[in-house]
Amino acid sequence: MRVNFTVNGRPQDADDVWEGESLLYVLRERMGLPGSKNACEQGECGSCTVRLDGVPVCSCLVAAGQAEGRDVVTVEGLADFAKQRAEHGGCAAGACGTSLQDAQQWQARGTDSQTGEGTQLAPIQQAFIDAGAVQCGFCTPGLLVAADEMLERTPNPTDADIREALSGNLCRCTGYEKIMDAVRLAAARQGEAV
Amino acid sequence: MDFLRPASWEEALAAKAEHPTAVPIAGGTDVMVEINFDHRRPEYLLDLTRVADLYEWEVGEENVRLGASVPYTQIMENLRPELPGLALASHTVASPQIRNRGGVGGNLGTASPAGDAHPALLAAGAEVEAESVRGTRLIPIDAFYTGVKRNALAPDELIRAVHVKKADGPQQYSKVGTRNAMVIAVCAFGLALHPETRTVRTGIGSAAPTPVRAKTAEEFLNAALDEGGFWDNGKVITPSVAKQFADLCAAACNPIDDVRGTASYRRHAVGIMARRTLTWTWESYRGTAARSEGVA
Repeated sequence: MRVNFTVNGRPQDADDVWEGESLLYVLRERMGLPGSKNACEQGECGSCTVRLDGVPVCSCLVAAGQAEGRDVVTVEGLADFAKQRAEHGGCAAGACGTSLQDAQQWQARGTDSQTGEGTQLAPIQQAFIDAGAVQCGFCTPGLLVAADEMLERTPNPTDADIREALSGNLCRCTGYEKIMDAVRLAAARQGEAV
Repeated sequence: MDFLRPASWEEALAAKAEHPTAVPIAGGTDVMVEINFDHRRPEYLLDLTRVADLYEWEVGEENVRLGASVPYTQIMENLRPELPGLALASHTVASPQIRNRGGVGGNLGTASPAGDAHPALLAAGAEVEAESVRGTRLIPIDAFYTGVKRNALAPDELIRAVHVKKADGPQQYSKVGTRNAMVIAVCAFGLALHPETRTVRTGIGSAAPTPVRAKTAEEFLNAALDEGGFWDNGKVITPSVAKQFADLCAAACNPIDDVRGTASYRRHAVGIMARRTLTWTWESYRGTAARSEGVA
């Protein structure tokens, strides 16, 4: 079947989608957007977290057909999504967003050896780099999407708020402390900016 | 596999009548796992996410009519005053991502003894609104669970909503697991005080083939509270009464040993949760009663 939906602010379609296929599979294998990671395939690890109509969900548990006509934001579009939100409070589908080609080529690689420098990053992405919250990086995309949504909803989160918002995202490297630091840093910077 | 996308409830019922083997999918938090792991290859997937009615709730005089697909997040955020037990139970479901998608209709459809909503529904008192092209019926929650992952739905029926009694007193919910998030209950316990009828209702999860009420324990406690005049005098519940109640709740279990815990641990834990939730709710009731009567 064919699925038409909005990915990172741009209308997209996927063809020959199998009816039992997950949104995660469509994003990774058909759209060429491997930022959302495929790990547990049962909603336990959160590494496939995307926003579906603004709400963080495990894309491995969304049937592709359920995304028809919906709006999906993946980690590849997070930088632009955060920028639009900061500048215009969001944007209408198609009016801005990240093209598929840009999203496919998106990398947090700068012009020199400094990761992230020279690249457009969402504040939460920059905070993860600055706080050293990225180790192997596998859980990072899901954590970024979940943390960014939490900061949008809860601008001044307590540690308990952060822990709860990220309770569905597993990380096996960091022990979570650096991730907590990163989210606190992003929250503090967000507060300064206002 | 065919993906059926009804745009309305009527279309969904017609599709289910035409394809009784169709597997309804809303949040997908159970169904997609089974498909991802190749445990299930349904002939038809019946996507209910386009049926807007299922995402709505109505607060009535006595009941909340809770649409089958209302996500747990919405229950926590919007229905805590009316359905405190279910709101607590909803908060123990998995993670934010899962609570954003999953709802009570899925818990009921799957009818796993470990479903987090069941003990809260049993304790509050509820009826499941099942509908087919043949008509609508309300199934009392006690009669809904018929076996391990089996329920009273006919093949052509879908769950439209669940009618949960609005709380008329304190409610509590307790769940045992290895951490606060992403836990399938080792066992769970729900308790609701119903001061209007001067009764207590319970619900036990993951400690029998189906979610169950501890009816003998409820009868004992109702009689003990009545005899002691507790509903009126608001006294602290006698430790011996609480202990007997806890023992009877443990006795209502029929658990198995599995990877999450042993049968004897489950019985023990249910007894502890029964005593604790009784104490919590009763202390809350005494506080409210004292305030409303102007007693310090």
